[in-house]
Parts: sequence; structure tokens; C-alpha cells
Amino acid sequence: MEETYNIMRVFAGSFGLIFMFAAFVGVILFTLRPGSRKIHRDTANIPFRHDDKPAAADDMNARLTEVAQ
Amino acid sequence: MLDYLKLLILGVIVVCAAIAANYARDMAYMVHAILVMLTAGGLFLWQLRRTDEPVAAEVLETQYMDGPVRAAAIATAFWGVVGFLAGTFIAFQLAFPQLNFEWAQGYLNFGRLRPLHTSAVIFAFGGSGLLAASFYIVQRTCAARLWGGNLAWFVFWGYQFFIVLAATGYLMGSTQGQEYAEPEWYVDLWLTIVWVAFLGVYLGTLLKRKEPHIYVANWFLLSFIVTVAMLHLVNNMSVPVSIFGSRSVQVMSGVQNAMTQWWYGHNAVGFFLTAGFLGMMYYFIPKQAERPVYSYKLSIIHFWALIFLYIWAGPHHLHYTALPDWASTLGMVFSVVLWMPSWGGMINGLMTLSGAWDKLRTDPILRMMVTSVAFYGMSTFEGPMMSIRAVNSLSHYTDWTIGHVHSGALGWNGLVTFGMLYYLFPKLWGRASLYSLRLVSWHYWLATIGIVLYAASMWVTGIMEGLMWREVDAQGFLVNSFADTVAAKFPMYVVRGLGGVMFLSGSLIMAYNLWMTVRRGPVAEATAPAAAPAE
Repeated sequence: MEETYNIMRVFAGSFGLIFMFAAFVGVILFTLRPGSRKIHRDTANIPFRHDDKPAAADDMNARLTEVAQ
Repeated sequence: MLDYLKLLILGVIVVCAAIAANYARDMAYMVHAILVMLTAGGLFLWQLRRTDEPVAAEVLETQYMDGPVRAAAIATAFWGVVGFLAGTFIAFQLAFPQLNFEWAQGYLNFGRLRPLHTSAVIFAFGGSGLLAASFYIVQRTCAARLWGGNLAWFVFWGYQFFIVLAATGYLMGSTQGQEYAEPEWYVDLWLTIVWVAFLGVYLGTLLKRKEPHIYVANWFLLSFIVTVAMLHLVNNMSVPVSIFGSRSVQVMSGVQNAMTQWWYGHNAVGFFLTAGFLGMMYYFIPKQAERPVYSYKLSIIHFWALIFLYIWAGPHHLHYTALPDWASTLGMVFSVVLWMPSWGGMINGLMTLSGAWDKLRTDPILRMMVTSVAFYGMSTFEGPMMSIRAVNSLSHYTDWTIGHVHSGALGWNGLVTFGMLYYLFPKLWGRASLYSLRLVSWHYWLATIGIVLYAASMWVTGIMEGLMWREVDAQGFLVNSFADTVAAKFPMYVVRGLGGVMFLSGSLIMAYNLWMTVRRGPVAEATAPAAAPAE
């Protein structure tokens, strides 16, 4: 019991901490990557589309090409 | 075939509930078993009348499924009024103990009504509001109908049944004593089933989305669903004393149980009352202001920072206890760091209005939403400050804590939910606008002044109480007895009760306004969903 606690405690204080911190910094850097502005502007406008009814079945592909351009 | 399976399951439940009611070891368990039996029996008859009837062939993929959203919106308004009424009543019970009536001892005294109030506002009002928001937002931002057919209806009614079991249980003394997780083991099991169905509906809809990206409001709502599932499972680990009784024993004890409880308790605030409601904010404020969110990048950073930080903040509830110092320091540090993403989110919400600030003059709904974000900022500043050990030594166990909770719950969660309801009702019932904007303004001012009265009186009484408790004379003896502080708090308790009366009357005005919007509101143009086929 005591041994398990120590193993967990040491792991959490070293690799666990580094992993969490690195993942967090990675996420922030990925968000700020060059070229993300266009995608983010498109995504931010999602609430202003499709207010009344769902998109048609083939709409996804059309939207994908639209964003890629 | 599925119909017969449903009939079989319902029949088995009726028989089992009848057996359980017969062998019940306490009253709460017996009442609940009878409730389950009657509900399942009613559903059995209802299902029987529909079995082998011809069903509509195709699923309506060309329409949004708004039936459960409408039901959840009505439930939100209803439970809101009930929860605020209970809160106002127990506020006056504290000021005037005579209101703990002798004839109702053991049912309607403060100790029994207090968990009823907290669960009614958090889980019934807030939870139904989050159900409405989740089902509405996920469909609109995925451009897809809800996944799972009638599973969304199961989630709605299953959750309402959970609320009824929890509330009646509290009045009969069925509680496992974990704050905000009071319901006993069988109610917890039921909520787990409902919650898994909720997660299924939500993920299923996300998977069949027609937008390439997942809008940020969905991230917040999904994290709310996933984290609440995890918290619920860990904090409710208990062993029933008997399968025919409502008593159970917690698996963990002592400081481990305390730490688990406040890991749960603070993350219920963090993921139920914050992440979930931020999902509302990131959808309904842009919609009402008719502008996209100020910075989408900031909203993503807001999300990840909140997720990474909130989960560690719980130990600040256990300063100066048997909890090791390093753990409570950890909780304190993370709480203070949490201030930054919270204010980032607040600034993001407020700045969404940049270039449209003039709308605040004419649109009381937007005013309500913006004030709620301001309260979010205020209580996420107050919270980290109170988590600092030195400040906590003054504030802990005093009414300052109660004031802090209410500025967040009434100001942030309450106002943003009211704003959402005012937005949703005309939309969902095909009305061009609300019945009366003047009544919205009345609601806004009653609610805001009520919150200010509440928070201000609790600051005064909390700090006074804290100072009186620590006051010592020249010989080192305590100056005040506990009863002295109780007597000194009376005026502030009355002011707090009056604040509650104002907040409650505002919510009654809202209920009337929403009712009249459905009954008599101006009908919208031809695109109204009122023309949609019955769900």
C-alpha cells in the first residue's frame, strides 16, 4: 500500500507533471499556429448557419472544399 | 420487436419494484419503490397501446428535433421558480427560526430543505437548462438532427425522474451526506444510466455533423458531460447496507473521503456550473448580439486552460484540516492561477459586443447575458482570493462563502439561463418576439438588485462573523460566544431574505412572460417550426 503510494506519487510529480504541462503548451502553440486564422474565422461563424434546419446530406464535402480554398 | 423488448423490461421493473416495496426497510425506500412501480406501470400501458401500430416510415432527417428542447426549457423555468422559492423560504427560516414548524419537524425543517434547495437550483434548474442548451446548440452547430431517435426523450424524462427521486428522498431523510451528491445509491445508479444515454445522444450527433469543425460551445458542453460522469462515479462509491434499504456506507472514510468529496464538489462547480454554462455563453451571446465571438483563438485557450487547471482546485475547501499542507497549497495555487483563464473568457464574452454596445440600450435580453458574464468575472475573482489560506482563515465557515456561491449561481448561472430562455422560447414556439420586453426589463432589475442585496449583506455578515470568532481579550480568552454572532447577524439575514424575494418575483415575471409568449406572442413568418410535423 505504502509502496504503491510512493510509486504513484513520484510518477505524478515527475513524468505526469511534465506530460501534462507539455500537452498544455502544445495545445496552445497548435492553436496559435500560422494559418489557423482563416479556419477559426470560419468556425466562429458556425452559429449563423443552419439555424432552422439541418444541412443537406452532401453538404459536408461542399463545406470542406470551401474551407480548404 | 423493440416494442416487445421495452414491454418486457417495463414489466420486469414493475414486478421488481413491487417486491422491493414489500421488503422495504425504511420509508424513503418504500415510497421510491412505489413511485418506480407506478411510473413503470404507466409507461407499460402507454407502450402497450402503441405496440404493433403502424409507424411513420422514414426518420425526419430534414428537421431538427426540438421536442426535448421545448420540454427542457419549460422544466428549467418551472424548477427555477421552485428552487428560488425553497431558497427564499429557508433564508427566512434562518432569520426567523419559528418557521421551522413544530408539526413539520423531520420534513420541512432547515436541515431537510437545504439540500432540496441546492439540488433544485443546481441540478433541476441548472441541469434542465443545460439539457435544453446541449440539445439545441449541438444540433444547430453540427447542422444535424439529434442522434438516437427517442433516446433524447429518455434522457429528458429520465433526468426529471432522477430529480423527483432525489427531492422526495431529501424530505424523508434519505441522504448519504456527501454535499451536492446527497442522493442514495439506487438514485445514483439511475442517474448513471441516464447520463450514459445523454453522452450517447451528444457524441452521436457530433459524429454525424455536417460542419467540418466542432464549434467551441460543444467542447465546453462535452467536457461538462464527460467530467460530471467521472465525478459522479468516483464520489458515489458506496456499499448499500441492504438491497432493500436506502442506507449505504461510503467506501472511503476520513480525510480521503473529504478530499474526494471536495474534488467532486469543486469540479461540480467547475464543470457543471462553469464549463456547461460557458457553452451557453459561447453560443447564445454571439446569437443575441448577432456577431461572432470576439476571439475564437482565445476561446480555445480558455477551454484548455480551464480543463487543465480546474480539476486541481478542490483542496482549497479543506484548509486547516487533516489534509496535508502540500495538498491544500496545491489547491490554493491552482485556484489563483485559474483566475487568468476565467478572466480571459469573461473578456472574450464581453468584447463580443465590441461595435455593438449600443444594443445594450435597447435589448434587455442582451443586457441580462452581459451582466451574467460580469458576475462570472466577479465571482471568479472572489473565489481565488478566498482560496488563499490567510483569507480563508477569516472567510471559512462564515456566510461570506454563501454570498460568494450566490453571486456566482444567481448572477452568472441564473442570468445567463434566463437570457437563454428569453432567446429560446420565441424560437421554439415560432413567435416573432417575446410577449413583452418591458417585463424582461422588470425581471432584469429585480434580479440584479436582489443579487446585490444578497451578496452585500453576506459580505458584511461574513466578515463580521469571522472577526467576532477570532476576537480575543488581553488575557487571550475568546470575547464572543457563538450565539453572540448569531444574534448580530439578524439584520443581514432579513436583507438577504428580501434579496431572495426580489429574485423570486423576477423569476415569476419571467414565467408569466414566457407563458404569454407561447399563448399570445406575435407569430413569426412562414419558416416557423410550428409547421413542422409532430415529433
